[in-house]
Amino acid sequence: MTGPVSAHRLGVISCHACGLVCEDTLTRQTASSRLAPETDPHVDCPRCGAPLHRRRPNNIPRAWALLLAGLIFYIPANVLPVMYTSLMGSGSENTIMQGVIEFWKSGSYGIALVIFIASVLVPCTKFVVLGVLFATSQRCSRWAMKERAKLYRLVELVGYWSMLDVLVVAIVAALVKFQGLSDIEPRIGILFFGMVVIMTMLSAMSFDPRLIWDGDNE
Amino acid sequence: MTNITDTQLQPGQPAIHRRRWGISLIWIVPIVAAAIGISMLVHAWLSEGPEITILFRTATGLEAGKTPVKYKDVTVGAVTAITLSEDGSHVKVKVALMQSAKSLTSKDSRFWVVRPRIGASGISGVDTLLSGAYIGVDKGQAEETASEFTGLEMPPPVVGDMPGKSFILKSEDLGSLDIGSPVYYRRIQVGRVASYQLGETGQDIKLQIFIDAPYDRYVTTDTRFWNASGVDVSLGADGLKLKTQSVATIVAGGVAFASPMGSQASPADKDTEFTLTADQDTAMAPPDGQAQYIQLKFDQSLRGLSVGAPVQFSGVDLGRVVSINLDYDPVKHRFPTVVGVLVYPERMGRVLDKLPKLEGDNDRQAALFMHSMVKQGLRAQARLGNILTGQLYIAMDFVPNAPKVELDVNARPISMPTVNGSFDRMQEQIANIVTKIEKMPLDSIAKHLDASLVNLDKTLTQVNTHVLPETTQTLQQTRQTMQDAGQTMQQARQTLSGVDNVLADDAPLSQNLGQTLQEVQRASRSLRELTDLLGRHPESLLRGRPADPALVSKPVAPSPQEESKP
Repeated sequence: MTGPVSAHRLGVISCHACGLVCEDTLTRQTASSRLAPETDPHVDCPRCGAPLHRRRPNNIPRAWALLLAGLIFYIPANVLPVMYTSLMGSGSENTIMQGVIEFWKSGSYGIALVIFIASVLVPCTKFVVLGVLFATSQRCSRWAMKERAKLYRLVELVGYWSMLDVLVVAIVAALVKFQGLSDIEPRIGILFFGMVVIMTMLSAMSFDPRLIWDGDNE
Repeated sequence: MTNITDTQLQPGQPAIHRRRWGISLIWIVPIVAAAIGISMLVHAWLSEGPEITILFRTATGLEAGKTPVKYKDVTVGAVTAITLSEDGSHVKVKVALMQSAKSLTSKDSRFWVVRPRIGASGISGVDTLLSGAYIGVDKGQAEETASEFTGLEMPPPVVGDMPGKSFILKSEDLGSLDIGSPVYYRRIQVGRVASYQLGETGQDIKLQIFIDAPYDRYVTTDTRFWNASGVDVSLGADGLKLKTQSVATIVAGGVAFASPMGSQASPADKDTEFTLTADQDTAMAPPDGQAQYIQLKFDQSLRGLSVGAPVQFSGVDLGRVVSINLDYDPVKHRFPTVVGVLVYPERMGRVLDKLPKLEGDNDRQAALFMHSMVKQGLRAQARLGNILTGQLYIAMDFVPNAPKVELDVNARPISMPTVNGSFDRMQEQIANIVTKIEKMPLDSIAKHLDASLVNLDKTLTQVNTHVLPETTQTLQQTRQTMQDAGQTMQQARQTLSGVDNVLADDAPLSQNLGQTLQEVQRASRSLRELTDLLGRHPESLLRGRPADPALVSKPVAPSPQEESKP
């Protein structure tokens, strides 16, 4: 029992909502009421009424579920067209990768790279990073804790910027409306892409980063 | 403070909530996501239509992944791949159709590439200039489906479900008509030529035309069609005629149709057959009815008679020559010409009703009728129709004094007696004149003439000996008289010249006359001045001439006489 003092060791809980530190009575109550271990009893914060938890309850499965949902949505987001562009009457629907390839072929390497990073590289990295975080935290691994914490902050930070694609499509579709000459419309794929971003953000949010350090205590 | 802290540390009796289930509700999210994903997959799988291959000669304007397939301007699929056929003669265009377009895979569906085309009959597919080419479809009727089609190189002029009717036109040749050539009704374009093909025997051409609704109801059972192609210039007895339907027909050809005036016929059924005639006049001519074949045997040469030459009866065009053949007469060792003609009795019009009705079949009726006519002197004759070109035509006319000929009523084909043509008769007349000249008593005429000439000679000698010398004398006297007259005239001229001298310009008489006249002029001017002076100054009669300012004014306003003097 070396190292820094944790709330668990002191037998107190911090309220998530108002930050009030309370005495950890959960173990006592659980023991006194002899409830089944799989049930989730909790007490409310005496100041603000928010439920008190040592860690966010169920957060690892929740994060996993949302990550999985995001992963599932990522498939149609890539398979279905995200954008319909018509120039001089000849229209075509493009998926994300088709768009990247087209821009790359036409020599716009910068745009192709930006789209590729925003739509492919970042989500994929997020999936991997979150997966690694969840897996290691679940097992209370003590491997590279600091780096993992940094990664988590990075994922959180990048989170909202992943909406870049959706934003581009939305803005361009709203701006480019020259009937007959050129037209850009969003397609269902971009909806799924948006869902991917939301799911991964929710997943990262529901993960309790304190779990990274839990392995340190035991 | 500790008190407060204590109370804070002991939260009292928090309500205990229990969860019934162990598994978190959050798992619903990936399940829903999976459900959506699967439903998308199923939807995609279900909406995936048939994939077909279309063979085209070229892939101009087609692009894999972009070129749409359109039916009624609705995109029903897209080109997924374009590959060359194994032998390199075609391109194979793979098309993924939508589920809703499954019915378009009928075996007789037609596919073509819509690209801008400029043809003789107009410009089409202008919209594709901007949007690029697309593949058009015409839905077939067949129950069977196919997965491989041969694409049309030209857009079909008639798309399957267009309202309207198609009809068949039989023509001897195609002329300048082509697929897409317009069909006109009262110079409005109401349809077009859909297709053409050679008849089974190769003797005629069957044109399929398509008339758009609602114009198709103007095609009735007695409608006549004619070729309106090009410019129809005809120089006839009624002057120069130039006919054309529209400028387009000059280039692209066209068909026009009309019904006879006052036609009450019902609209024609789909695919009714009509005959396409060469021009409007032929088309609108009354129907010919049944033709009667008649054989004519001429003993003369028929140079100038050609197949198609008219056969006329009393100036009415009744038929035409269909054959001209030589025959051999073993008895006379001659080569008569056998001319076959087709006669359309219907062309005689209402007269037919007045003619006596005869029993028997058509040929027999004709033969019997002809028999009675021949008795009256009806004969066929080759006549000169055009003096310039020497074209002959066959005339059937009543010939007075024709030698009696018995028509064989039972012979088939009916053979009509002929007389030689008008040219031959002229020769006959000349021969007649020659014989008449021959019959003249030229010898006796010569003898009488000779005697008369002898008498004339005598008379002339008498004239020479007696009458002429006297005449000479008389003439000499006359000449004398004329000479005297000449002298008289000379004297007269001398007298006249004397007069002339007197009257000449420089003669003293005329000079004197001139001077006298000038004097008179001066006198009269003085007189006028005097009267003027008196008029203005009557007192001068008493006082004498005043110191006159008029004298001063004189050079200021000189009188016209004074000015003209120098």
